[in-house]
Amino acid sequence: MSAHLMSLHRCCQRSARLLVAGRPWSSSSVSSPPLHTRLLLFLTQRFYDVEMLLRWRSQQGQRRVQKKNAYYSYTQHFHGADIAAAFYVLSLKGGFRYVGQSDWFHTDKRGQFNWNFLNHKDTPLEEVDMSCSLISYSGLENLVGQQSLRTLSLQGCPEVDDWFLARLHVFQDSLEELDISHCPRITTGGLAALRNLKGLRRLDMSSLPGLSNPGLVIILLEEMLPQCQIIASGYDLSLSQEGIEERNEQHEQGHESDKSEKQAIY
Amino acid sequence: MLTWRRLHVKASAVHGLLTSRLVTEQHTWVHGHLPLCQSLSTGTPVRNDFFKDLEAQFAAARQKAADAMPGSSWSPIEINPNLPPERADIVIVGGGVVGWSIAYWLKQKERVRGALKVVVLEKDPTYAQASTVLSAGGIRQQFSLPENIHLSLASADFMRNINDYLGVLDEEPIDLQFNHSGYLFLASEDVAHIMEENYSTQRDAGAKVSLLSPTQLKEKFPWINTDGVVLASYGLENEGWFDPWTLLNAFRRKAMSMGVVQCCGEVTDFKYSVNRAMTTEGKSLDIRRIKSVKVQMPNSLEYQPVECAIVVNAAGAFSSKLAQILRVGSGAKNTFEGISLPVEPRKRFVYVFHCPDGPGLDTPFLVDYSGVYFRREGLGGNYITGASPEEEKEPDPGNLEVDHEFFMEKIWPNLAHRIPAFEKLKVTSAWAGFYDYNTFDQNGIIGLHPLIPNMYFATGFSGHGLQHSPAVGRAVAELILDGNFQTLDLSRFDFRRLLNQEPMLERNIV
Ligand SMILES: Cc1cc2nc3c(=O)[nH]c(=O)nc-3n(C[C@H](O)[C@H](O)[C@H](O)COP(=O)(O)OP(=O)(O)OC[C@H]3O[C@@H](n4cnc5c(N)ncnc54)[C@H](O)[C@@H]3O)c2cc1C
Repeated sequence: MSAHLMSLHRCCQRSARLLVAGRPWSSSSVSSPPLHTRLLLFLTQRFYDVEMLLRWRSQQGQRRVQKKNAYYSYTQHFHGADIAAAFYVLSLKGGFRYVGQSDWFHTDKRGQFNWNFLNHKDTPLEEVDMSCSLISYSGLENLVGQQSLRTLSLQGCPEVDDWFLARLHVFQDSLEELDISHCPRITTGGLAALRNLKGLRRLDMSSLPGLSNPGLVIILLEEMLPQCQIIASGYDLSLSQEGIEERNEQHEQGHESDKSEKQAIY
Repeated sequence: MLTWRRLHVKASAVHGLLTSRLVTEQHTWVHGHLPLCQSLSTGTPVRNDFFKDLEAQFAAARQKAADAMPGSSWSPIEINPNLPPERADIVIVGGGVVGWSIAYWLKQKERVRGALKVVVLEKDPTYAQASTVLSAGGIRQQFSLPENIHLSLASADFMRNINDYLGVLDEEPIDLQFNHSGYLFLASEDVAHIMEENYSTQRDAGAKVSLLSPTQLKEKFPWINTDGVVLASYGLENEGWFDPWTLLNAFRRKAMSMGVVQCCGEVTDFKYSVNRAMTTEGKSLDIRRIKSVKVQMPNSLEYQPVECAIVVNAAGAFSSKLAQILRVGSGAKNTFEGISLPVEPRKRFVYVFHCPDGPGLDTPFLVDYSGVYFRREGLGGNYITGASPEEEKEPDPGNLEVDHEFFMEKIWPNLAHRIPAFEKLKVTSAWAGFYDYNTFDQNGIIGLHPLIPNMYFATGFSGHGLQHSPAVGRAVAELILDGNFQTLDLSRFDFRRLLNQEPMLERNIV
């Protein structure tokens, strides 16, 4: 029995050895490429085309956004900066209210709007609602002249990023309410730029997926803008608390500082 | 053929390689043999094993001969697969952020895909000493020379659209971790007038900067002690700091996806031809044209000559070494040939400290008139700080060790005076890096050397090379491919100012 087992064992060993021995042989015979390699080669040559197509598509998307956010210099020249701004807002399916008026101008679902807004020449905008629009950094140029802008809603705008927030300093003397909730591209680095908006009374920064440490950031923002009411819902703060501790630990691993000191910060 | 030539050069090294190769060859042969015979003997028992075996050997020999035909990559000695190519159109020496930016822009501007063969040579792929990754990562518009302001504006614009420029399909979008916190410069009585002049230059150039009186300053940043401050200038937009690694890697990834070849190796020598030219005054000048670059492979005696048409010197702090090989500055003093490249490594320390009661999210990149700067690092109450030493007290640039005395004596007193909260702090770590310091006027040297008609320089940025790299890369690519600057006129940064002894100095308040 044991002898039998032994021979089986040896047999296995031998076949294993054969397998091992076979490997270098098979790998050294690659001089004529097998079918799948040739197919891959073929595909890599094709790949440029595929890549070009994909790139072309993404460029098309970018171009569309750029076109929508073009500078309305023509309108501005003939109708003034305020009408141009109003027209820009309506073209991006947004809404606004003129200073001293109670009615809002809005674009309806089919992209139609009331052309009566042209009747209010040289009246600046006071409230602008651009939520879920394609407004971008370059499009903001159309609004820069609006020095009476008090409320700006940018809820859920896919093109609003940190550079956009940094540009908002142009409204630093007037802006009181800002809604940047659900903007996917905003991060902590951009929120730091809100320091220039010292007149801000209300900031909605709910559900920003780009924030890595919301709990801590909210506290720091409250500290930076003491007069401002900050609305930040949609964050799982219990989780982020853990995040803070994690950071703490990481930090301590690196620089072995004592814990009591650390806890004083947060 | 070329491999044979190399064989000749390194006859002694080849010997060892050859024998070791032989051994492994035999090795595989023995193994390879075994299963072949077996399968044959079971498959076709009628035929003689011996002939079949012979046939197989013939087939192998034929294969080998075919492999050795010209046009195939076979060679009798093992070739290091990391060797740079033997020929390239443009060789960029130095794989820091400047080098990779130039490589990217060259590819970006080429008309036909694959028209240019660009090679980037980097001696240290870990970037242990490269300034790029050891920098403070800041970008500002607050310069006094319009060129520098425009370089910053263009670079900020590039970073804003970085994913349009450097995004690679099917890969993660680039996140520079840009912190939009402006620079805050503080001026004392002596320098306030310079600050005002700089402010108007910056405004004219289109930078968004504001001037603050001490009262306004105190209002905005209550944690600053305004003693001695007469004026402050504060950047509203396009200023802040970002992660240098990410920028470097983004350039590299994109450039390589566009076909730039990256090679690891140090450039130790050049092969060049010398032509004698006459100046109008009847003096003779030696013009050296580079024929090939000698690349020494890391940790070995192996080297590879790379024939090339154009060399770009982007070797940062060590760029003057390359210039010296080409005998730049070796002539008699006060002559054309006696002007050396005035770039040398200067060691700068950066200290990381922790202060739980320090300023918060709105902390700017603050530069005090004493020369000390600091900025926030992350959100956990950490900051980094540094300063440039006095000219006579430059630390030894032979190593990257940190002098902690410097923090105690030069930095902390000034820091704690300006921000009283920093009286209590704890230095948690520190590092040192080399400025690519231009001793002539602390600004970049961009352009062709008059005596080396095919070496372009992009070096000497002295502490602002990182932020200018996107725009500088574009400018150098324009210079190479278009023959002159197209988008930004940087001709005042070329070699002529050295020849004419006209420094382009920044009027700094520090
Ligand atoms: C402490 C510190 C803080 C700084 N802060 C800032 C800042 O806030 N903002 C800013 O804009 N700039 C800053 N800088 C300056 C900035 O880092 C440099 O100007 C910039 O990184 C220069 O880039 P580079 O690519 O020319 O050089 P490097 O990054 O040094 O790259 C040069 C590369 O060339 C390689 N090399 C050298 N010689 C050879 C050779 N013979 N063969 C092959 N390879 C070679 C080196 O290994 C190196 O990797 C700072 C610098 C320091 C030291």
